[in-house]
Amino acid sequence: MKQKLFSFVSLFVIVIAIWYIAALLMNGNQLINNLERKNQSWTYQQIIAGAYDVKRPMLPAPHQVGQELIKSIIDRPVTSKRSLIYHAQITLNSTLLGFVFGSLLGILIAVGIVHNKTLESSLMPWVIASQTIPILAIAPMIVVVLGAINITGVIPKAIISMYLSFFPVTIAMVKGLRSSDKLHEELMHTYSATAKDIFWKLRWYSAQPYLFASLKVAIAAALVGAIVAELPTGAQGGLGARLLSGSYYGQTEQIWSALIVAATLGSILVWLVGIAERVLLRRRGELDHA
Amino acid sequence: MLATEETTIVSTPEATDKPKREMIAIDDLSLIFPSKDGDVHALSNINLSIKSGDFVSFIGPSGCGKTTLLRVIADLEKATSGNLKVNGTDAQDARLNRLYGYVFQAAALLPWRNIQQNCALPMEISGLSPAQQNKQIDKYLKMVGLQDFHKKFPWQLSGGMQQRASIARALCLNPDLLLMDEPFGALDEITRDHMNIELLRIWSETQKTVVFVTHSIDEAVLLSTHIVVMSPRPGRVVKVIESPLPRLKTLALRDDPAFHALASEIRTALAHEHAID
Repeated sequence: MKQKLFSFVSLFVIVIAIWYIAALLMNGNQLINNLERKNQSWTYQQIIAGAYDVKRPMLPAPHQVGQELIKSIIDRPVTSKRSLIYHAQITLNSTLLGFVFGSLLGILIAVGIVHNKTLESSLMPWVIASQTIPILAIAPMIVVVLGAINITGVIPKAIISMYLSFFPVTIAMVKGLRSSDKLHEELMHTYSATAKDIFWKLRWYSAQPYLFASLKVAIAAALVGAIVAELPTGAQGGLGARLLSGSYYGQTEQIWSALIVAATLGSILVWLVGIAERVLLRRRGELDHA
Repeated sequence: MLATEETTIVSTPEATDKPKREMIAIDDLSLIFPSKDGDVHALSNINLSIKSGDFVSFIGPSGCGKTTLLRVIADLEKATSGNLKVNGTDAQDARLNRLYGYVFQAAALLPWRNIQQNCALPMEISGLSPAQQNKQIDKYLKMVGLQDFHKKFPWQLSGGMQQRASIARALCLNPDLLLMDEPFGALDEITRDHMNIELLRIWSETQKTVVFVTHSIDEAVLLSTHIVVMSPRPGRVVKVIESPLPRLKTLALRDDPAFHALASEIRTALAHEHAID
């Protein structure tokens, strides 16, 4: 535990240090260019002092992002449209909705593929092809098409989350549902078990480790999907909208603080799936064993 | 044992109380596994008759088809030719009617179920009520000496205990026939001795027919009323020996000359076939 914390902290310190150096180089250059354009002389001390205090910096320094985070998370009420909590909660809604439906869809497709050879050959190419299309290209189309039939708000975003999150679940569950022990399958055969019994008493349980591994990927993908869906569609709220308005107005601190909130949200979601997995395995008595 | 030899050596009263019916009848049965390098004759012209209440061991070197023969009886493999009747019906009907309980070499317990839930599995599938399930589970877990282990998970039990749980699971449906494929093969010798005696006790308590695959001569002699000696390439029955020993044996019997005589007879039958190979 102590060692884990130590490696986390040291990596954190290294990242922050690199960030400060990069901010100095990038913003320093920007400063020098500005000064030279105005034919003013400059010194290195002046640049170093100024690099971390630029308005609209090319790369804001960590403390500038930190100030922005404090301002937009703690200082503003969560109902404010400039609160990151408000935006994060909008993104979270469509992420979770898309994740739940994406996972269910992924499981359903996998069950179909495992139980039906025709479905495997007919459905699998489409499943794979669906993921080769850049999500940025089809996200606006989905939003516009659904908007034309008066479906707006959280649904189109959730659909894009679903689109990204069903895939890892399908792939993992096809493998997981086929991973049951040959011996256990024969055992079920000696009981003359029905396909339904074999599924619910054997395959479903054998697939669970695969399911949880894929749910972790799926929930992160769902978050990316929700943010991407908010980007090109002029959404009024959400972390994606925050990123977009930040880049419109050159508010790099705003972009970076939205990114950090998104990353934190993603980590928390993956961690929660991990907790669910542990609770379930403990109930099954397998945790101490594994 | 063989349909042709009908000598009966009566050892215990209960054996005579029940009229013996034919539990398994195998007539000219062959099984060929096709493969690229040519067909493998796993079983060749097997003739065998097993009476109800008997404890029959299949013994032979690896590749003699003893496990395959057991799997054919269990309808886990299909014979290429010949006839097989299990309790008067064909093997598939016997399986569909859950006539037998199968014990694998590995305990094959589901790791996500505790011992009680594992034993409940076949009864859930056959549709017994939870009350009946629990009654059976209590009875048979007690019989195998695991009465305090209902809530334990498989990994919390030793290999011997896991195998006992799997025997209890097979008994829970109360099948007439118990098919056992080297159930104690993975256990150490001390545990195996103990399990053998336990199995004999359970067998005499339940009056079931047992077909038991082993590659241990001592185990075969200690357990069986009949010993089927098999030989490989192609897998066939060399000799069927009816045991002159009493049905209920003890470990002490291993020092008895009759025990040695029987073991030696089996050994000779095995060696004789090896010489021909």
